[in-house]
Amino acid sequence: MDVSFSPAEEAFRHEVRSFIAENYPKHLRGKSRGEFGGREDFLAWHRILADKGWVAPAWPTQYGGPGWTSTQRYIFAEECARAETAIILPFGVNMVGPVIYTFGTEEQKKEHLPKILSGEVWWCQGYSEPGAGSDLASLKTTAVRDGDHYIINGQKTWTTLAQFADWIFVLARTDKNAKQQEGISFILVDMKTPGVTVRPIITMDGAHEVNEVWFEDVRVPVTNRIGEENKGWTCAKFLLSHERAGIAGVARSKRGVQRLKDLARAERDGENPLIADPDFARGVAELEIDLTALEYTELRTLAGEAAGKGPGLESSILKIKGTDIQQRLTELTLDAVAYYGMPYRPYGHELETLTNEYVPGPDYSHGAAQSYFLTRRVAIYGGSNEIQRNIIAKMVLGL
Amino acid sequence: MDFSFTEEQTLLRNSVNKFVAGQYDFDKRRALIKTEAGWSKANWQAIAELGLLGAPFAEEHGGLGGGPVETMIIMEELGRGLVVEPYLPTVVLGGGFLRHGGTAAHKLEHIPAIVEGQRVIAFAYAEPQGRYNLADVAVSAKKSGSGFTISGHKAVVIAGPQADHFVVTARTAGGQRDAKGISVFLVPKSAKGVATRDYPTVDGLRASDVTFENVAVGAESLLGEADHGLPLVERVVDEAIAAISAEAVGAMKVLNDTTVEYCKTRKQFGVPIGKFQVLQHRMVDMFMNYEQSVSITYMVTLKLDESDHERKKAASAAKVQIGKAGRFIGQQAVQLHGGMGMTDELNVGHYFKRLTMIDTMFGNVDHHLKRYAALSDDAKAA
Repeated sequence: MDVSFSPAEEAFRHEVRSFIAENYPKHLRGKSRGEFGGREDFLAWHRILADKGWVAPAWPTQYGGPGWTSTQRYIFAEECARAETAIILPFGVNMVGPVIYTFGTEEQKKEHLPKILSGEVWWCQGYSEPGAGSDLASLKTTAVRDGDHYIINGQKTWTTLAQFADWIFVLARTDKNAKQQEGISFILVDMKTPGVTVRPIITMDGAHEVNEVWFEDVRVPVTNRIGEENKGWTCAKFLLSHERAGIAGVARSKRGVQRLKDLARAERDGENPLIADPDFARGVAELEIDLTALEYTELRTLAGEAAGKGPGLESSILKIKGTDIQQRLTELTLDAVAYYGMPYRPYGHELETLTNEYVPGPDYSHGAAQSYFLTRRVAIYGGSNEIQRNIIAKMVLGL
Repeated sequence: MDFSFTEEQTLLRNSVNKFVAGQYDFDKRRALIKTEAGWSKANWQAIAELGLLGAPFAEEHGGLGGGPVETMIIMEELGRGLVVEPYLPTVVLGGGFLRHGGTAAHKLEHIPAIVEGQRVIAFAYAEPQGRYNLADVAVSAKKSGSGFTISGHKAVVIAGPQADHFVVTARTAGGQRDAKGISVFLVPKSAKGVATRDYPTVDGLRASDVTFENVAVGAESLLGEADHGLPLVERVVDEAIAAISAEAVGAMKVLNDTTVEYCKTRKQFGVPIGKFQVLQHRMVDMFMNYEQSVSITYMVTLKLDESDHERKKAASAAKVQIGKAGRFIGQQAVQLHGGMGMTDELNVGHYFKRLTMIDTMFGNVDHHLKRYAALSDDAKAA
């Protein structure tokens, strides 16, 4: 057992840190995702990493991955979190990309993988439906065969950043008579195809991140299907376990705890800084200790992956504990900023109608309440934390 | 980055596991803790013969030359069997003081005896008024000639009845709670003026309250530097925290496995109760508490030889996680076993009691949260 880094790994850390310092776009520094103006802000860092060959750390080298060890990937994630870089959106790189290189044909790989890496094509995820949330397999969107095409009808929802997306990967029912999970196919759809409509959903914090996506007689070539017809559930499950693995956000939360402590040193509570308040300090200490344990749980999982086990059922633990920590972090931050959590910070999409000329309170308080409200979602998306518990109960405990 | 064990470490685990499985089934242990002595010298010899008493010691003293990982493996397996023989007091605590604070003569005199099973040491540090503050030391050691005279009262000294030597913290200078002025002594139980009142503890161990009445000891009984003993005590206690974290992990694993098995077989309303989602999610939370405890035990074990600051933070973090998880798993294991969980004849209560006492040992969750927060706030200087 050994968790120290080798000199080569330390050199790698230095290389990553220097690269970020020299290349992260100046106009995005200090900006959170909520402050991004539009598509270009999201893509700027993606393109820079793509040019460097670092945008898809987990991909096999034959498809354009950098060939890093799990330790290098961990170091890379830590350094990105430390510098608070924009997050690389997962829909292409972490979700549909691995599905395509695992289950796709050579043509499909050639067509899609390079564009995912370069950022030329923005992907979104067509999984949830109004009537199919946790019970994903009850989805009703249909894809009916018509010669060399499918005709897709139905509605997807909670589609993150679909307003910017070029393509969507869709789970659709191709056999109405089969048992729930057996009649589903995994199909790629160009968002420009006639019949695809995107409608915004504004969340309680004011953000426009999620959308409804409607399909009305949308014609898609059969060659856009990944894997066999009616076997899409295999892809869906594979993708979900990959999605969960990244969802713990340990490195980002570590940075978040540092920020929380910094601001609790700046905030006054009578004579003393807030950090000296025993009740507050206790909450921070509990959070930090939970995060330390989770960090080692993640390292154990990475070590397991390196030893040839795929992202296993531990990924459900990472999801539950990781999101719990993210929520507590935003909650403690909200508690810490007191009154200056109240002012509303307009999002990028609102700046035309809401002015943001006077920004009250210290920098660190901006959007604290909105971040708290928005972060309620993390325990719901990617398979709710209750569903994750069902998975562990069934698959690990055998109940 | 590597979380695997070497072949030797796996063999070590297997040998402890074999001893526990073979000689420490629940009924034997239950009978053992009800005897007058409360431990078995035959077991102690068997543990010695497996080489376990020499695990952390240098080969020149008859040890195996192991490190924190070896201690973790042994303690985890002992925890699975709720082994009551005084491994922690003798090898981890007593041995720790000898390794980090002992002179060459101390080591030569005591370590081979420990390794052979001929020496049992108990650590007398807690005092009736001191709660968990290691620096709250009222027991005094006054300079007298070339030696010292020790007087005062030590509370709940685990393995006091079995021990032939005590490691004693005593104040040689300063006020009662001053960090400076604490010294550590190795005192034979047979020394004149040492008196013990022995009793069983709720988790099946044995302990003593020990009084020292003008106990004269020579200068050679000092472990480490006079007046500057606290850093030594903190280091050895942090190592003991890592060790009981591993012990707790072993106990948690048994409780979780037992509970899941029980819920698969116990039927109510015509179905196994493990089919009820409210119980499933409870067991998942027990499972996650266990996994997080394994993780934090690895963390503290691997950080024992880092800087004092890092080691202390790691030990307090571990103690918080282990304390919380131990209580949660213990309480829920009893709850899910229903009335049977309340009984002495089922093993569940025995594990619950040990996990609860592990939370108390060396400072509970509240104590270590405060210590962690204080250490964590030091970072503002950085």
